[in-house]
Amino acid sequence: MPMAASDIEGLIKAAIPDAEVTIRDLAGDGDHYAARVVSKSFAGMSRIQQHQAVYTALGGRVGGELHALQLETAVPQTEKTQ
Amino acid sequence: MNDPQSRIGEIVKSNDVVLFMKGTALFPQCGFSSRAIAILDRLGAKYETVDVLQDPEVRQGIKEYSEWPTIPQLYIRGEFVGGSDIMMEMFESGELQELLAAAQ
Repeated sequence: MPMAASDIEGLIKAAIPDAEVTIRDLAGDGDHYAARVVSKSFAGMSRIQQHQAVYTALGGRVGGELHALQLETAVPQTEKTQ
Repeated sequence: MNDPQSRIGEIVKSNDVVLFMKGTALFPQCGFSSRAIAILDRLGAKYETVDVLQDPEVRQGIKEYSEWPTIPQLYIRGEFVGGSDIMMEMFESGELQELLAAAQ
C-alpha cells in the first residue's frame, strides 16, 4: 500500500516535534521515498539510534507498508557548533 | 539451540564482516542490497553475505536481532553498523574504511 509523503511527514513530526522533514518521492509511485530529518533531539545519539527514532515514529511501517525509505538524519548545524 | 536468534548470533560472531541482504553479492535482489555490495566492493572489503530470501526465519529474525526494520544490514566484528544509508554516509566520511581496516 503506497503512503502519501504528507502522511510520512506527519508521523515523524508527531513523534519528533522539532523535526525539519524533507521528503522526496524517488520513483513517483508513492512507495520509494527519501527522507531527510533534522532535529535537535538527535544530538548525542549514534546514527543507528537516530534512524531507529525515525523508524519508531513511523510505527512499524518501514519495511512493510512503506517498502523503501532512504533515510538521512542530522542535528541542526547551529547545535553542533555550540 | 536452533532458534533463529542463536543462529544469527552465531553468524554475526563468527564472521568479521557480514552483510545480511536480499539475493547474493553477484545477483542482489533489491536496490538497497545492491548499493551495500557496491560500497563493500569499492573498498575492496572481504565479506560474507547471508541471503535472507533463502531463509524466512532469518529474514524476520534479523530485524528483531538488531531492532532494525530493513535489509540490508552490515555487521563488523559482531557489531551492527547499519543499513545502506548509514553505510553510504560512513563511506563518504571515511569511517567505514577505518572500521573495515580494523577488522581485516
